[in-house]
Amino acid sequence: MSSRTVERSRFGIYGGRFVPESLIPACEDVERAFTEAWHDPVFRDRLAEILSVYAGRPTPLTPALRLSAELGVTLLLKREDLAHTGSHKINNVLGQALLAQRMGKARLIAETGAGSHGVATATAGALLGMATTVFMGERDIERQQLNVFRMRTLGAEVIPVSTGSRTLKDACTEALRHWVTAVDDSHYCLGSVMGPHPYPWMVREFQRVIGDEARSQVTAVPDYVVACVGGGSNAAGTFAGFLDTSARLIGVEAEGGAAVTAGSDGILHGFRTRVLQDADGQIAEAHSIAPGLDYPGVGPEHAHFASTGQARYVTVGDTDVVAAVHRLARTEGIICALESAHAVAWLINAAASGEVPAGATVLLTLSGRGDKDMATLMELA
Amino acid sequence: MNVLETHTRRVRDSGRKLLVPYVTGGLAGDWTDYLHAAADAGADVLEVGLPFSDPMLDGPAIQRASDAALARGATIDSILTDVSRLSLPVPVVAMTYANLVFRRGAEWFCAALRDAGFSGLIVPDVPVDEADELLAAATGLDLVLLVSPATTRERRREIAGRSGGYVYAVSLMGTTGARAALPASAGELARSVKAVTDLPVLLGFGVSSPATARAAVVEADGVIVGSTLMQQVLDGSSPGDVGVSLTGMRAALDGLDA
Ligand SMILES: Cc1ncc(COP(=O)(O)O)c(C=O)c1O
Repeated sequence: MSSRTVERSRFGIYGGRFVPESLIPACEDVERAFTEAWHDPVFRDRLAEILSVYAGRPTPLTPALRLSAELGVTLLLKREDLAHTGSHKINNVLGQALLAQRMGKARLIAETGAGSHGVATATAGALLGMATTVFMGERDIERQQLNVFRMRTLGAEVIPVSTGSRTLKDACTEALRHWVTAVDDSHYCLGSVMGPHPYPWMVREFQRVIGDEARSQVTAVPDYVVACVGGGSNAAGTFAGFLDTSARLIGVEAEGGAAVTAGSDGILHGFRTRVLQDADGQIAEAHSIAPGLDYPGVGPEHAHFASTGQARYVTVGDTDVVAAVHRLARTEGIICALESAHAVAWLINAAASGEVPAGATVLLTLSGRGDKDMATLMELA
Repeated sequence: MNVLETHTRRVRDSGRKLLVPYVTGGLAGDWTDYLHAAADAGADVLEVGLPFSDPMLDGPAIQRASDAALARGATIDSILTDVSRLSLPVPVVAMTYANLVFRRGAEWFCAALRDAGFSGLIVPDVPVDEADELLAAATGLDLVLLVSPATTRERRREIAGRSGGYVYAVSLMGTTGARAALPASAGELARSVKAVTDLPVLLGFGVSSPATARAAVVEADGVIVGSTLMQQVLDGSSPGDVGVSLTGMRAALDGLDA
């Protein structure tokens, strides 16, 4: 169970722990606690139990029959949209919340873009009786009002962030600033495979349940494994189950937030990675219709995979993404999140161009459901 | 020993408490006038901030100052050029974030600082564990490392051992910003750092008035003052006004205000 738990503070040249001295002991505490917990069968069993009886795991692997026929491929959807709270974010959050409880913390802090991670954290806070504070950019609050109301209904405090681009990047910076003042009683429940060590490694481990399940659900190794990439947690969790196979791993970034594809080496939010930035190193604003992909950096493991060729990173634009939401809805009866639709859109394009050849088997992680995006889609309708 | 540390030790050994004001580079058209005013008011070292878009350790005042400087078009080059034209009576130290340092490479960045006449560098998101590359590149410059109230005893020793110029003692668990009173953690921290090093130990974060400055140097060798000055500049204070506040803090440090 734990034989694969090799600690990773660096992924090639990426990763590390570039945080103020005030946060070093807190990061070390999380690292120590996670390492112990991940080797502790009692912790692993408790997490597995909650993921099963509370969060609805394992999530199904759904053959997308009609879309497959249209595209000429065999498409299998890993249904994270069916996990409790409507996205994969719950896998990581339940892990971190149990860890925080084990560490004696009374409070959870989180950043959120789309609100999926904020809702998941608020949910875990309610489940375990922990106070929850979520930082969210003002711009994201406007476009994800449903999730803001869900968080408040769950009892979380949502703090609007008005600095910078008023999106995920700024929410993350503000959450880190706040954590400095609250390390004694609070755990920073970071929402993706990013941040200072041990977060990229820890969140990947909590998300690998996606890939491990999918691996046991497929009857043969797929030709392609596809997932969208914001910070990169659903992709990292999915890829983790197929790294030792011949499957081609494809991470799909938003055209306006493509840190791997269009960024350069830099340091943001405590780790070295690929970042959208100017010649001086000022961080650029990302722009995507999907708030969860509206981030100028990417998890360090993806920056590393891109440099070694272990995975390939591609982009799609907003128009194709919206079309993909509609196409999947009408062919399969599944309204997916705008984030997840990036993976679908890439496949639609790649099947049409022949890049993904006819007859190929494609495993695609549908990271979340689209309810939160209805207001955005209604404006476009 | 580098220029900065020779200077800070000499001041400390003379019995004078160090006053180190911080000014965000490029904050206003006449921003270097604030450096001259600070030097005239009795500063011993000047810290120049190279603004970063995402300053993780800064509170509202320095965030706003950084945004204002960037909005005015300040760049690393423009700020270094401005500083290189000055002839200041005290050493100048750059304060910035890791991404600006490593963007074009630590070697390039440190050479540019040296060429512009800087003698030290503070990068709060490069903790001692990540500092090897920067320390190697920073020949001729002192890399000032930070300790915080959360730093363990062992780490305090390691940080003080590798820091140059002075040790920057972060007085509280929080971001930069003015506070009404010096936090209780400050004095104890300064004392515990002084116990493991003979480098000057300066307190920063929350030192914002003659009273807080005076309280800080009961234990520390000096103070770093930033947010309160940047707030004044944002509120429209002239270099002369800022000089007057610093003169008040200088008097408090010299024990002349009682
Ligand atoms: C549904 C959904 N998918 C994907 C993401 C992107 O995150 P990650 O790349 O970490 O999976 C988000 C982020 O909010 C999301 O809400």
